Amino acid sequence: MIQASINKRLHGANGEFQLEVNLEIAEGEFVALFGPSGVGKTTLLRCLAGLEQPEQGGLIVNGETWLDTAAGINLLPQQRRVGYMFQDYALFPNMTVRGNLEFALRKGASKKRVEELLALMELGELQHRKPDTLSGGQKQRVALARALASAPRLLLLDEPFSALDAEIRSRLHDEVLRLQRQFGLTAIIVSHDVGEVYKLARRVMVLEAGRIKTQGVPAEVFSAGQTSGKFRFTGEVLTLEAMDVMVSLTVLVGNQIVRVVAMPDEAEALRPGDRVVLVSKAFNPMVFKLGQDQENRE
Amino acid sequence: MTYDLSPLLLTFRLAAVTTAILLCIGVPFAWWLANTRIRIKPAVEALVSMPLVLPPSVLGFYLLLAFSPEHWFGQWLDRVAGLRLAFSFEGLVVASIIFSFPFLVHPIQAAFQNLPRSLTEAAQILGKPQWQIFLRVLLPNIKPALLSGTVLSFAHTVGEFGVVLMIGGNLPNQTRVASIAIYDEVESLNYAAANFYAGVLFVLSFLILLTVYVINRKAPK
Repeated sequence: MIQASINKRLHGANGEFQLEVNLEIAEGEFVALFGPSGVGKTTLLRCLAGLEQPEQGGLIVNGETWLDTAAGINLLPQQRRVGYMFQDYALFPNMTVRGNLEFALRKGASKKRVEELLALMELGELQHRKPDTLSGGQKQRVALARALASAPRLLLLDEPFSALDAEIRSRLHDEVLRLQRQFGLTAIIVSHDVGEVYKLARRVMVLEAGRIKTQGVPAEVFSAGQTSGKFRFTGEVLTLEAMDVMVSLTVLVGNQIVRVVAMPDEAEALRPGDRVVLVSKAFNPMVFKLGQDQENRE
Repeated sequence: MTYDLSPLLLTFRLAAVTTAILLCIGVPFAWWLANTRIRIKPAVEALVSMPLVLPPSVLGFYLLLAFSPEHWFGQWLDRVAGLRLAFSFEGLVVASIIFSFPFLVHPIQAAFQNLPRSLTEAAQILGKPQWQIFLRVLLPNIKPALLSGTVLSFAHTVGEFGVVLMIGGNLPNQTRVASIAIYDEVESLNYAAANFYAGVLFVLSFLILLTVYVINRKAPK
């Protein structure tokens, strides 16, 4: 069980604001902190790890007090036993993959744990390579293995998958989930990727300007305010073309170009470059599974 | 014809001792300077860099005054440590350390500053004490800078003239280093000997620098 309350002044892109978060996380729970950049997600994670100190707050992990500003307690990161995955992986360039894992072992821990993790993460063949020679996904696996090698009580993941392409990201999601369950770890992930949150977390907290705006099961939190059965896309108007009684719009949605028609009065206020929302009611959309061939081959 | 080798030996002994002491002081200092947030940091940095711009004779002049047995500092050193730094090898070492300090500190400080903070933080989170982070994570990742700092300060000490002349004079086996010997031989119109010392310094300096560039080119960044 983790109970935390963190209060800290932050300097964001839109001026100062107060990070003010109270949270309670059950043992073995996987929680996501969701929100746009600059709302204090990473700072919150860093406060939990002891890398930054809040002006006011407390943190109790499994009955141990890690932070209590009122009583003047603030454990060093060294004393906290967290696993942390950095956005830039932070692998030690001077050590091999195996060296990175061995460095992470606590005093007296058996080297067997390194062997186990190397096997579990399929890093056996890479164990004597230096981090500079690895691909992004490989570095990510090493970083995860290293975080687990220190036998943490709490696993903190700071947007660890944002730099990877979709296929590798999805595979790593599976691995994180598998390991998190296997070790019964309490984990917190910072993410601004809805799909990632859906897949990994049982609970999501949506942060806005330093406060938790909503929280709950991802499916409920993300569908609230969006009527079911409707598709909503945001996009950018590329061109407007007047036809007989309608106006034809070309809209860029994601990296797809969509052509839609609009009534002249709808289109009147639109100019190329405007951001728009497309809403479509689809009673019975066609559903195709993607990437089937690839998956069969694996 | 044989030449007196003692000035050359003395030069390299001076450079070796100076560099060894500099490494012990300079590396932790560079790390401190790279991480500190104290207000007077610009003043500290300016002081460290002073030997780069000051004429060596200025530094030598003040050190000579301070080291002299008449001055309170010189008296204090003599009383406490039994050290007489004016016109002695020990004095040259102290002066060379001050004079070569920026050549060691600058590359190493820059390298520390260029290391991502997350490396230190990751090691902290893995439970490692500060000294272990320093020795096992930070130092191994700034090896090229350590090498260039070491070599630059060594080479710079070999090439020192003004400071040595001011506070060391020209005592054989004590303070008569190669650069002084060259000056001395030229003054007595003994060009052959001067040429010998100068040639050795020229070739050795080139070889030292060449080694550094070759090694730094081979080492992966």
